[in-house]
Amino acid sequence: MFKYILKRLGISILILFGVSLILYILLRAMPTDFVQQKIIALNTTGATVTDEFIQAMKESYGLADIPIVGYFKWLGNILRLDFGKSFISQREVLSEVFDGGRIGTSFTVAAIATVFEFLIAIPLGITAATHQYSIRDYIVTVLVLVGISLPSFFFGQLLKDIFSNKLHWFPVSGMQTPGMSQTGIALFFDRLWHMFLPILTVVILSIGGRMRMTRTNMLEVLNADYIRTARAKGLNERVVIYKHAFRNTMIPLVTGLAGLIPSLFSGAMITESVFDLEGIGSYALNAMTQGDIPVIMTYNMFLAALSVLGVLLADLMYAVVDPRVKLA
Amino acid sequence: MEENRETDEMIESSENVNEEVSGIAVAEDKPLDKNVKLMSPTRMVLRRFFRSKLSIVGLVMLAALLLFCWIGPFVYPVYKEDTVDRSGRYEYTAYDVSSDNGEYVQLFVTFNNVNDLAGPSAEHILGTDEQGMDIFTRLMYGGRRSMIVSFLAVFLTSALGIIMGGISGYYGGIVDNIIMRICDVLMCLPMLPLMLIIGTVLDANGVPQRYYIYLLMGLLSVFSWPGMARLVRGQILFLREQEYMVAAEAMGYSTARKIFKHLIPNILPQILVSMTLSLGSMILYESTLSYLNLGVPVPYASWGTMIEIISKRSDILQNNFNVWVPSGICIIIAVLGFNFIGDGLRDALDPKQRR
Repeated sequence: MFKYILKRLGISILILFGVSLILYILLRAMPTDFVQQKIIALNTTGATVTDEFIQAMKESYGLADIPIVGYFKWLGNILRLDFGKSFISQREVLSEVFDGGRIGTSFTVAAIATVFEFLIAIPLGITAATHQYSIRDYIVTVLVLVGISLPSFFFGQLLKDIFSNKLHWFPVSGMQTPGMSQTGIALFFDRLWHMFLPILTVVILSIGGRMRMTRTNMLEVLNADYIRTARAKGLNERVVIYKHAFRNTMIPLVTGLAGLIPSLFSGAMITESVFDLEGIGSYALNAMTQGDIPVIMTYNMFLAALSVLGVLLADLMYAVVDPRVKLA
Repeated sequence: MEENRETDEMIESSENVNEEVSGIAVAEDKPLDKNVKLMSPTRMVLRRFFRSKLSIVGLVMLAALLLFCWIGPFVYPVYKEDTVDRSGRYEYTAYDVSSDNGEYVQLFVTFNNVNDLAGPSAEHILGTDEQGMDIFTRLMYGGRRSMIVSFLAVFLTSALGIIMGGISGYYGGIVDNIIMRICDVLMCLPMLPLMLIIGTVLDANGVPQRYYIYLLMGLLSVFSWPGMARLVRGQILFLREQEYMVAAEAMGYSTARKIFKHLIPNILPQILVSMTLSLGSMILYESTLSYLNLGVPVPYASWGTMIEIISKRSDILQNNFNVWVPSGICIIIAVLGFNFIGDGLRDALDPKQRR
């Protein structure tokens, strides 16, 4: 087990190396003068960027070197935990990207959405499987497939327009009611009220996949021999489904939890920007459209590291949850 | 080898028919195999596919959209994709003015020479957009572009995936190891951020915005083949151990013949399902990239770019539903259609399913 984890960690480092190389080479495909031009353009929008800063920036990102040399310089800096400064705000990238409020907002939205996603998708998946090909199965399937097929920006904007602009049930955008000085519980609920529509968007878009997965697993389990045995023993159908079948359906669901790690912390880019939430996703989207190289590199490496970790943990969870699985 | 397989499937199909007619009384004097009709695997699949109402609904939805986009402009040739309605219109603005002489209303009449943001009317079925172009017509041309781009991207992804997965699964060993590690790396690349970065790179290198979406979707394919490659590899690893492959080996067939005649046809069903489902997600990708301002510029249309305007102008978001909701609905119909068909195909091709 220990040896297996070590081996997997080794592979993970190789993967991250590959990912960073691809990202770096891509970013270096931008001409240096374009970066300079962008920085100067940003300069006019309020941020003060000095010539010395630009020069320092070029050096620290090896923009003056050929790409491969620049990459190893960048790698050296990263290993010394020097992620550089944002082109736009000139603050340390690490404190920018991992700003407590930002990542907190994204995490809250994702965590609440995930809880609801599981609470809704699993029962739906089970009823669809136990009533396969019935009218109930059709209705549930059609509804969740519609959910999967929605473009997030379109659905988000539609919700925003109907419920915020027209009906005024929810605030149009932002994080909390402006000009209000709330504290404690009131502030908490005010924030939740602002996050309601983004959470709804994420939940509706993601229920489909989870429900289909539950349905397929449940159908597979229901065809197993031990279910026939359980029925033959004369067990109550409820007991058969919720005790014998559901427990085995849980295996992929539990391991799926580990795979959620990236989406919990990375933020929903489009949804956050539609609702003007100050999360890590909308921040990164902004950085990417403005060409803020240090932020882009750090954010994407963060995402890649999370997904490597997610895959590894999911595999480990399999061995923990299912005694039939042996890691080699 | 091939025959071996054939009989296998025939037995399977006759079993299947047996099950289906089990409710009907079977004449007892004849032996059972004279009583049942044999069906080819293809017919069985088609039968199962068309039995599902959802797959038929999906087919109808897509057929309607394809007709709308390709035949539509011939049936409704009033406007072209980039025709600006310059018929113009008068705009009236009234102000309450109070002066020494009392209160009166001042009426400003301005002539706007472009008929923009018009509501639905006889001339413009769905009204006009902010440039004064006919939305109904742009939906057709935009649909062509969105669907062509997505089709091309799916074909490129699948071709790359099949080739890489095929090589990896067939040859195994060190080649397999290298290709699978490349897959691992590509699967960890965050796709949407990557596309945004590439968008900036294209911008920096002076590529005209017209070509962004084609290049971006092409590059998306270059980065997203690992899913297909893993599917093909897994299937080939399984099929390689089958008797008919051992027989093909013993007959001394060439590698190409073994791959293209014996392996690929057996993986084709899974490939087909995966391609259908990814067509839907490619349409979503195209529209998302267009929404993020990486799509074709005005006057060219695509479904995504027709929605993009609301991210810049909240007055259109609030007041002009007819500008952005129709293309959103078209996207949903297209994606939903592909999902329905993909789902139906998967169920129909699943050998475990007996229905």
